[in-house]
Amino acid sequence: MRALCWVTAGELAVREVPDPELRNERDVIVRVRRSATCGGDLPLLAGRHPLLRPGDVLGAEFLGEVVEVGPGVRRHRAGDRVVVGASVACGGCWYCRQGLHSCCDNAHADLASADPDWARSDAGCFGRPRAAGGFAGGHAEYVRVPYADVSAFRVPDAVDDDRAVFAADVAPTGWLAAELGAVRPGDVVAIWGAGAVGQLTARAAVLRGAARVLVVDRHEERLRMAERHSDAEPLDYRRTDVAAELRDRSGGRGPDVCVVAVGTPPARSMADRFGGQHADRPDALREAVHACRKSGVVVVLGGTGGFVDAFPLGALTERRLTLRGAGRPDLRNVPMLLDRMARDELRTEHLATHRLPLAQGPEGYALFRDRADGCVRAVFAP
Amino acid sequence: MVPMGRLARAGPALGGAVLAGAARLLRVPHRGARPGADGDAAAPARWEVVTVDRPPEQVLPEGRWPEPLRRLDGAVEVRVRPAPGDRGTELAARPLAGVTPPTGLAAHLVGDDPGLLVRRTLRQIKQRVEAGEVLRADRSALDRPEVHG
Ligand SMILES: [Zn+2]
Ligand SMILES: [Zn+2]
Repeated sequence: MRALCWVTAGELAVREVPDPELRNERDVIVRVRRSATCGGDLPLLAGRHPLLRPGDVLGAEFLGEVVEVGPGVRRHRAGDRVVVGASVACGGCWYCRQGLHSCCDNAHADLASADPDWARSDAGCFGRPRAAGGFAGGHAEYVRVPYADVSAFRVPDAVDDDRAVFAADVAPTGWLAAELGAVRPGDVVAIWGAGAVGQLTARAAVLRGAARVLVVDRHEERLRMAERHSDAEPLDYRRTDVAAELRDRSGGRGPDVCVVAVGTPPARSMADRFGGQHADRPDALREAVHACRKSGVVVVLGGTGGFVDAFPLGALTERRLTLRGAGRPDLRNVPMLLDRMARDELRTEHLATHRLPLAQGPEGYALFRDRADGCVRAVFAP
Repeated sequence: MVPMGRLARAGPALGGAVLAGAARLLRVPHRGARPGADGDAAAPARWEVVTVDRPPEQVLPEGRWPEPLRRLDGAVEVRVRPAPGDRGTELAARPLAGVTPPTGLAAHLVGDDPGLLVRRTLRQIKQRVEAGEVLRADRSALDRPEVHG
């Protein structure tokens, strides 16, 4: 089959690779109909993952049709149109039973070189190196999906592929952010980053009854999208004093919930990091911590394994803030989100600013990485 | 003496009495300790432990060691106790000091990190009990040299 493979730092190629096969009783094989670029792929694309090997197939978010079913699968049969959650999870461990699928204990296969207890692991992720516990990704004609009863969800007929593909990761991650922030009716919510996840975090906050939702970014078209599709108030940090605006629009209290959804920060030199310099914008996390109301919640999203220096710890303790984080979504909200998609409460297809054939995967990733041509997400069809 | 609830130092098939074994304080060796460390061949290795989100009866049905732990019979000792807070069972194992492991496992158990095989074995038991199967990695292109990409 054809698949989008990593070749070397900054270079991807569509290549012929072996078809996936059922490896476990609870597996299904999905024939991919749509797959989306994901911010978590960018460090891989840049070659910043030590265990990535040429030929590894990328793609964390995808949707398709079930074509093969393992004997232990109960909920799916061949022909089902399913979206596959971006967290591989067993459904039976303590974390899964609490609904914390992204923390699943059993999402790793027989790791060849890494030991899940003692080394970095990408267990539970599609499109991540096998040597780090990951699974082959969805930018391909076919994908093997482990624990399919838990990870794959039937898409209602009323939801088309271009909308439903965002139920894999973006929509549940945005919902999770609102959940972690315990957003409730009347809240003022501020979100840094108007990318796909930031926009659907805004939408989740609105659907949970937030009184005001503000989105901070510098990309005009992303801010306009957040305004139009999520009912968020745009704040362009190049033109406004964000801290002052947030105080002003929250009655001087500060937002109840601040969500940092700026994705993977660009690599910075040690000197820049210690000096707090050279970010192309004020550090979003620091700004969020300072802006948040006393006893409010700051939620940090993103799969970066990086370090952040100059963290304002004093503000956290003095103002009794709660800091919460998440890198990948839980799966328990996916059916609810698909229902909201079917009822048109949650529209996501505008996030696919670029729809391309899989053969143009390398170009799609270049657009996505550079945010060129207004790209929010590139979506591929094999 | 630290109370640890029901604690078992189970042999491969000691029957139902196993889970009612006496509580005892375990010595926790310092980091990196293993048979032969510091020149002390008799020093016990570090316990490797996982929590399995099921009651002990399901982790060790009829008090027997489950596969693939049984393969390590004679080479490791095993400790079982209920996890606090209804979180299932704490299952621990460590290589026995001064015991020659069964053929085939010798290299794993006396290698640089004898705990690795023990940890992997415990993890597999946990997966089998909680998820019903032991997840296998995707096959890589290298496993199938007949296919050229
Ligand atoms: Zn993603
Ligand atoms: Zn699990």
